[in-house]
Amino acid sequence: MKTVIHYIRSLFLLELFKGMSVTGRYLFKKKFTLNYPEQKAPVSPRFRGLHAQRRYSNGEERCIACKLCEAVCPANAITIEAEPREDGSRRTTRYDIDLFKCIFCGFCEESCPVDAIVETRLYEYHFEDTDKKTGAYIMTKEKLLAMGDKYEAQLAEDLAAQAKYR
Amino acid sequence: MSFEKFLFYLFAAILVGSALMVITRRNPVHSALFLVLAFFNMAAIWLLAEAEFLAIVLVLVYVGAVMVLFLFVIMMLDIDLATVRAGFIKHLPVGIVVAVLMLVEMVLVLGPKHFGLTKYAAPEAAPADYNNTAELGLSLFTQHLYALEIAAVILLVAMIAAISLTLRKRPDSKRQNVTRQHMVKKKDRLKIIKMPAEEKG
Amino acid sequence: MDFLIGLYDSLPVAIQIILKIVVIMGPLMVLVAYYTYAERKVIGYMQVRIGPNRVGPKGWGQPIADAVKLMFKEIVLPTHADKTLFLIAPLLSIGPALAAWAVFPFDTGLVLADINAGLLYLLAMTSIGVYGVIIAGWASNSKYAFLGAIRCAAQIVSYEIAMGFALVGVLVVAGSLNLGQIVEGQSGGFWNWYWLPLLPLFVIYFISGVAETNRAPFDVAEGESEIVAGFHVDYSGMAFAVFFLAEYANMILISALTALMFLGGWLSPFQGTFMESWFAWVPGIIWLVAKTFVFMFLFLWFRATFPRYRYDQIMRLGWKIFIPITIVWIVVAGAMQVYDIGPWYQ
Repeated sequence: MKTVIHYIRSLFLLELFKGMSVTGRYLFKKKFTLNYPEQKAPVSPRFRGLHAQRRYSNGEERCIACKLCEAVCPANAITIEAEPREDGSRRTTRYDIDLFKCIFCGFCEESCPVDAIVETRLYEYHFEDTDKKTGAYIMTKEKLLAMGDKYEAQLAEDLAAQAKYR
Repeated sequence: MSFEKFLFYLFAAILVGSALMVITRRNPVHSALFLVLAFFNMAAIWLLAEAEFLAIVLVLVYVGAVMVLFLFVIMMLDIDLATVRAGFIKHLPVGIVVAVLMLVEMVLVLGPKHFGLTKYAAPEAAPADYNNTAELGLSLFTQHLYALEIAAVILLVAMIAAISLTLRKRPDSKRQNVTRQHMVKKKDRLKIIKMPAEEKG
Repeated sequence: MDFLIGLYDSLPVAIQIILKIVVIMGPLMVLVAYYTYAERKVIGYMQVRIGPNRVGPKGWGQPIADAVKLMFKEIVLPTHADKTLFLIAPLLSIGPALAAWAVFPFDTGLVLADINAGLLYLLAMTSIGVYGVIIAGWASNSKYAFLGAIRCAAQIVSYEIAMGFALVGVLVVAGSLNLGQIVEGQSGGFWNWYWLPLLPLFVIYFISGVAETNRAPFDVAEGESEIVAGFHVDYSGMAFAVFFLAEYANMILISALTALMFLGGWLSPFQGTFMESWFAWVPGIIWLVAKTFVFMFLFLWFRATFPRYRYDQIMRLGWKIFIPITIVWIVVAGAMQVYDIGPWYQ
C-alpha cells in the first residue's frame, strides 16, 4: 500500500514541484549582492588588513624593538634589526614584513606592548611586481610609518573601540 | 543534365566513395563514420526517388540509433590491428575467389539486362498531396499484415532471447535497489533528539 | 512594400531559399546569444544573486563580449588528437540543431519546407545531434572527454525512444506527420490543445527533451564535478563556442517543438472564448514565441532547482519509467481516438 501511494506521489512529480516552488520564490526575493567597487561591505574595527606602524602624538615612533611580534609571528614574516639611537633609546633600524609570508592573523598587533604595529582596514592593494630586488612586497619601516601617519585618526578610533576587550 | 540527375550522381559518387573508405580505412572508428556518411547519401538518393519515409527512417534508425551503439562499442574496443591483419596474405586467394563468385552472382541476378526503362516503365510522378507515409502504412497494415506481425513476433522473440542470455544475477554483485532508495523518507533515517545544553566543563 | 515583394519574386529560387534561411537563422542566433545571458540572470536571481551586470547597461552587452572573447581565443589542438574529427565535431553538433528549423512552421503556411513527414524529420535531426558529442569525445584523446561521450551516447539513445513514443501519441491524435496539420488539429482554444489528452506524454516529451539536450539535471555528459566538462574538456575558443551555441539552439528547438505539439503552436489561447476578439490583433507568431519562452524558462528553472541525476538512475528513468508510461498512453490515446472522446478526436 505504501509503495502504491509512493508511486502515485512520484508520478505526479509532487516533490519536484515543491523544489521548484522554492527556487521560484527566491527568484523574487531581495538580492544581497554588493556591486563591489561602487558599494562596499562595512568593515569591522577589528579588521586585519595591511599593516601600519603608529607614532606618539609628539611624532616619536612607538616601536621599541622588543621583538615580541617577530617572536609570535607564526609565519616568520617579520624581520627586525635594532640598535640604540644617539639619544640612547632603543629603536629599530630595520622592520620588514614580508606580505607573501604574512597570514594576517593579527598576533603581532596583540603582542605589541606599545600598540605600535597595527593592522589597518585597508584591503585593496597590490604589488606591481614580485621581484626580489625591488622588494615591492616587503613592508619596510618607512612604508609602515607612512601608512600609520596616513590612517592615524582611523587607527586610534578603532583601537579605542576595542580597548575594553583587550 | 537536369539538376536532379546532377544531384543523383553527386550523392551516388559520395556514397560509393564513402563505402570504399569503410573497407579501406585502418581506423575502425573512421570506417564507422564513413558508413554513417554512406547512410546519409543513401537517404538522399531515396529522397530523390520520392521515398521520403524510408529515407528519414534510415537516418533516424540506422544513423540515429544503430550506428551510435556501433560507434560506442568500436570506440571502447582496443583492436590490435596487427593480429587482425596477420592472416591477410594467407587468406587472400580464398577471399578473392569468394568475392569474384559473389560479384558474378550479383551481375547475373541484378545485372543491367534485368532493368531499364524498356523492362519497367518509369513510374508516374506522384500527385502533390501524395503521402508516402500514409500509403506505406495502409499497405503494411492491410495487405501485408501477417508478414508484419510475424516479423514483429520474430523481433520480440529475438529481443527476449538476447536479454535472457545476457541477464545474469551474480550473488556477489553489490547492486543497488533504486526503487527502495527512492522510497526512503527523511523520518526513516533522521532522528532529531532534544537534549539540554551541556554545562561548560 | 509591393516593390519589395516584386523584387523578392523576381529572384531565383535558390536565393529566395537562402533569404528565408537568413530570416530564420538571424533571430535564432540572437536569441541563442541572449538565452545564455538570460540563463545567467535567471539562475543568479534564483540563487539570490544579480548575475552579470557589468558589460553595457544592465549587462546587456555580456553575450557580445563573450562572443568576441571566444572568437579571439586560440583553438588548442591536443597532442594525438584526431585533428580532422576534432574540428568537424562542433559542426556536426550545431548542424542538426539548425537543420531541424527547416520544417518548423511559425504560422499558417509560414514554413521553409512544408514536408509531409515533418515529425519524422525532426526526430531524425534531434537524434543525429549526438554525433558531434561522440566524435568530440573520441577525437579529443582524453579519458574525461571519452567518458562524457559514452555517457552522452547511452543517454541520448535511451531518451530518443521515449521521445519518439511521445510523438507517436501526438501522431495518433493529430492523424498527420505534417507539423502544420498537427497545429491546425489543435484549433479551438486552450482546452483543445493536446496537452490535456496527452498530459503524461507532454511531461515525458519535455523531460526527455531536457535529457536529450544534456541539460541539468541530466547533464552527466558534462558533469563538472566528476569528469570536469565531459566531451568538451579539450575545446577552447570558437570550437567551444560552437558547442555552446548548439546546446542552446537545441534547447530552443525542444521548447519550440513542445509548444508546437502540445500547446497549440501559433494558436491563440483565447480561441473560442469571449476574449477572442480582444486578442485578434496579436499575430500567431507572438503566441508561438510566448509559449516557447515558457519552456525555455523551465529549462533554466530546472537547472537552478535540481541536483544532477546519478547515472544509473537516468537510465532507470528512461527505460523503466518513461518508455512503459508512453506505451501505455499510446494505447489509451488509440482507444480515445477509436471512441471519439472529447474535442480532440474527430
